[in-house]
Amino acid sequence: MKRTKKHFLPYMMVSPYLFHLIVFTAFPVVFSLVLTFHKWNIISPMEWTGFGNWQHIFSDRLFWISILNTLKFLIVHIPLQIIIALALAEVLNQKIRMRGFFRAAFFMPLVVSGVVVTILWQQLFAYDTGVINRLLISIGLGKVGWLIDPDVAMISIALMATWKNVGLYVILFLVGLQTVPKQYYEAADLEGASHWQKFTRITVPMINPTIFMVVVLSTLGGFSLFIEPYIMTGGGPLNSTLSSVLYIYKQAFEYYHMGYSATLGVFFAFLIILVVVLQKKFIEKED
Amino acid sequence: MKIIKKTLFYLILTAAALSFIYPFIWMIMASLSPEQDIGKLILFPTEFTFDNYVSMVSKIPIGRALINSLFVSTINTGFTLVFSSMVGYALSRMRFKGRNVIFFIIIFTMSLPFQITLIPNYIIMVKLHWVDTYLSLIVPFMINAFAILMFRQSFQGLPQALIDAARIDGCGELRIVFTILWPNIKPTIITVGILAFMASWNEVIWPLIVIREENLMTLPQMVTLFVVGGRAEAQLGVKLASAVFLATPVIVAYLFFQKHFIQSMASTGIKD
Repeated sequence: MKRTKKHFLPYMMVSPYLFHLIVFTAFPVVFSLVLTFHKWNIISPMEWTGFGNWQHIFSDRLFWISILNTLKFLIVHIPLQIIIALALAEVLNQKIRMRGFFRAAFFMPLVVSGVVVTILWQQLFAYDTGVINRLLISIGLGKVGWLIDPDVAMISIALMATWKNVGLYVILFLVGLQTVPKQYYEAADLEGASHWQKFTRITVPMINPTIFMVVVLSTLGGFSLFIEPYIMTGGGPLNSTLSSVLYIYKQAFEYYHMGYSATLGVFFAFLIILVVVLQKKFIEKED
Repeated sequence: MKIIKKTLFYLILTAAALSFIYPFIWMIMASLSPEQDIGKLILFPTEFTFDNYVSMVSKIPIGRALINSLFVSTINTGFTLVFSSMVGYALSRMRFKGRNVIFFIIIFTMSLPFQITLIPNYIIMVKLHWVDTYLSLIVPFMINAFAILMFRQSFQGLPQALIDAARIDGCGELRIVFTILWPNIKPTIITVGILAFMASWNEVIWPLIVIREENLMTLPQMVTLFVVGGRAEAQLGVKLASAVFLATPVIVAYLFFQKHFIQSMASTGIKD
């Protein structure tokens, strides 16, 4: 009796995870795959459609627009994020006055909800009443249609997301910078290397793993973009800020196309995994 | 020359810091201004007014939403700490068949994008009749893979003698975890606690999907629907007031426990 009890104990301890795994991960993944072959609005019975949902993806213009929008976001967001975060981390890693104050400032947007940041920037970006445009006018420049110009709107959201998240990457780079051995810099100093040379020849190669992590994390963030366009633009103007998650959400909860929405989810998840794998290959090759 | 360079350096750094802080100050000031003053470049309103807050409270049950969010996030954090440390302990300190398999499944599921489970999870909630109940906001968030890995790692770093001594004294495994080991891994508990609380507090897409009943809405969800829907009636001040209301608890907590917040954020990078 005692033996069996002892034997089962570890399984009892991991049971909360196993329960969660089966109910909220394993079953949903399998169910998702089943759904991709069905048409279903939750209320009436499921209807088998074969590969219909899958075929529909390829002719669904809006979905591909949402993918292009996401890529546009990433192309602005990732480089900007890395440059600003690395610069700020370099500064905070030195002996500077009031480091605590600067650190607190850079990390402030990180802790508040994306909802707060989006409402705030919606006002800052406003065309007529927005602070940014008023500032531009006061220094003699013209107004920018931050959220109403289809060519600009996604870039505006990328700028805002950079402002919100950069603190996290500053922290990760700070951790990375502390792993670089001091002797390397001392040796470089003896050779008379400049600040810039030390940065490009020692710092950047040494923190390559951190750079990779930052690229992956901001890619995943970009692929999860939802609440920002949901609040700011509803996906407009002219679908220019329609993100893929927002589109999947609309398919499911505005049109009740559960089968098609699940198909988009599965397809999109594979796309995300593919992109991250490619990034890993590409960045590790540079070593 | 050196002084000029240094002054310039601090000027740029201060400008950078201001660009992170100023929008928040502007938001607070604008929410306290009369509607016609919002958008002006001045920092202080010509007259202070709480009209926007009064109007917000009369339009939406935001106090109720605050209580909902506090309730749900606190419960989720508690369950996450208890369950994840149990699993983390079993994975690091107990020998049993399938232990490594479970470990690899955890790593694998962490890299699974949430987009794939979003729709079926909603359907599960519908079938369980959990839509418009607290259960839908709590049960799926009671444990998570990242927390398990954090606990597993911390428990691995503790000396075996600590556990052996407790076992000789006749301590059960659960009591070992919570009374003997927990006091030794306080930093991990704080880190996991902050991350779990923040994740639950800031979650918005899931509540938008599973909660339609106004009395059960979480704070970020209610603020989102208030701003997106027609009820703010295009009044900027009221929208900003609701955003300030949503931001204040977290910012206050952050200013008090800055070090712990930063430590938790740093640990999100130790994923692989």
